[in-house]
Amino acid sequence: MQRILALWMARNREYYRDKGSLFWSFIATPFIVIVLAIAFSSGNEHLFKAGLLVEGQQQDLANLPFANEPAIDLIQYQDADSALRRVQFHQLDILIADTGTSRYWINPESAKGRILEKLLLAGDHREPQRWLRQEVRGQKIRYIDWVIPGVLAMNMMFSGLWGIGYVIVRYRKNGVLKRLQATPLRAWEFLLSQALSRLGIMLAVTAIVFTVCNLFIDFRMAGSYLLLLLIALIGNLSIISISLLMAARTASEELANGLLNLISFPMLLLSELWFSLDDAPEWLQAVSQLLPLTHLVKAARSIMLEGAGLIDVAPQLLVLGIMTLVCLAAAGLLFRWHD
Amino acid sequence: MTTILEIRNLSKTFHHLKAVDGVSFSIPQGACFGLLGPNGAGKTTTIEMIEGITTPTAGEIFYKGEPRQKSFLEQTGIQFQSTSLMDYLTTREVIELFGNFYPHSLPLEQLVALCQLEDFLDTYATRLSGGQRQRLLLAVALINDPEILFLDEPTTGLDPQSRRHFWSLISNIKARGKTVLLTTHYMEEAELLCDQLVIMDKGQIIAEGSPQGLLRQHFDSSYVCIDRGDFNCPLEDLPFTIEQREDCIAIASTSVEKTLSELVALDINLRSLRVRSPSLDDLFLKLTGHHLRS
Repeated sequence: MQRILALWMARNREYYRDKGSLFWSFIATPFIVIVLAIAFSSGNEHLFKAGLLVEGQQQDLANLPFANEPAIDLIQYQDADSALRRVQFHQLDILIADTGTSRYWINPESAKGRILEKLLLAGDHREPQRWLRQEVRGQKIRYIDWVIPGVLAMNMMFSGLWGIGYVIVRYRKNGVLKRLQATPLRAWEFLLSQALSRLGIMLAVTAIVFTVCNLFIDFRMAGSYLLLLLIALIGNLSIISISLLMAARTASEELANGLLNLISFPMLLLSELWFSLDDAPEWLQAVSQLLPLTHLVKAARSIMLEGAGLIDVAPQLLVLGIMTLVCLAAAGLLFRWHD
Repeated sequence: MTTILEIRNLSKTFHHLKAVDGVSFSIPQGACFGLLGPNGAGKTTTIEMIEGITTPTAGEIFYKGEPRQKSFLEQTGIQFQSTSLMDYLTTREVIELFGNFYPHSLPLEQLVALCQLEDFLDTYATRLSGGQRQRLLLAVALINDPEILFLDEPTTGLDPQSRRHFWSLISNIKARGKTVLLTTHYMEEAELLCDQLVIMDKGQIIAEGSPQGLLRQHFDSSYVCIDRGDFNCPLEDLPFTIEQREDCIAIASTSVEKTLSELVALDINLRSLRVRSPSLDDLFLKLTGHHLRS
């Protein structure tokens, strides 16, 4: 324990004495958040978004009222609950189901929803009265509310991947690991100290950035902070474990950089950090499920935007936990002090 | 004298390159034992196999008569040929960090005095000069008050003053009764510090003994050295056995007085005359045909 604490402290000192790391953690991330908040504060989105509930049945889209309207983005949904939540939070202006009973859902507080309702009924020349109106109520979620879990997760991802993996590879290349190997220190003690140090730093930085940004922007937070902390903890661990696996044997900083980019870019693009994959091809959505950040962000959003509880986010916690254990075990087995 | 380390038929092959080839030697407790040889002779591979950093391809290593146990690293101190320390840690913090890795460690004050670290105790280790850095790494190697100290080319890259300073530190450590295993390609370092040494070349031991014993065994003459430009006749005409060195012509002489008389008789300019005893470099040259530093 004494060895782990000593190394944990040494790594923390390396972090907080490195002005570059501090700048990225405390200045760059809030800067991105505030820029996004300003950029999207006007809500100036040009497209209407209409959802089509298909529930497993193929439909002829050409017959639908909005099928040929370029100003309206028509997205198909298989899962009614998920689609209705989007209507509730104004992320979807209208949801239409035209199988069996013809129904549509709007949020009466959404002006865009009301416009699309009129367009739907006016566009159905044959039988406008067949449509059954249903309402879903909920406060509008701003883009900044939606994107903040993604931005914070992105910061955690970069910090976890480079703060652990790149540092271990650098230690291996410049001989720090070899020097440590020449002491009674065990490999697992070293790895645990590095992981704990980075975990603490990432959680502390995320909490501080969240709090400070919240003072200016006032995010939506519908759920439990404790549960959000748990998700952040497991999510961070999963990222750290991937980073440890990458660094288990890599001895070249250039190769490490390439590998870290290879790991981080798919998460950056496919984990719904900045935009939803609702209208992306199914195979791409399936690929995104392999990425830990997808589950971290999904769970964090559910808690923050919808007030999800432990049972609701249990699937994400389970996936992240399994990913963490598999990667940690592999990293422990593969680890070498020097090349 | 008790043997603290015994090495038997140690070999290491990297792919198809035999870096160390069946090396055997014993190190008495309390001795400063040297592995002397040029770069690429297999010294570092040998010492790292003994330290446990590199796995031998073949051979046996006995510490106090038994194969090394897990506790071996708690009883040894190691200074690598080249190593870095963590960024943004001061000298004091580096010592405290490594002190925490061992069940028992020397007090900071004792290490500071032993390795003369007073002047840069609160300076980041990455900002130290070469000599200061080596003294800090020596302190790290001594932190657990080891029974045996491994030093791999500890003065390579240091300026002459720092090198001599480091030698005085090693002499102090020797005086405390510690066993030291030292690799070097500096013959002065080996002659000054080592009680016993093996000379290695191309992965094998080519000579073994005390520095003075080896020189006595292989030489019965001194060298009379004169700059090449001071000879006014063809070298082939000289009535001596000569060796053409980088900086001079060396004449092996069993009687310096007689050789000097003959040089005077030949009217050779003696302004650059130097007389010196054979060195380990001379021995290496005699055994291998090339210099230690070549």
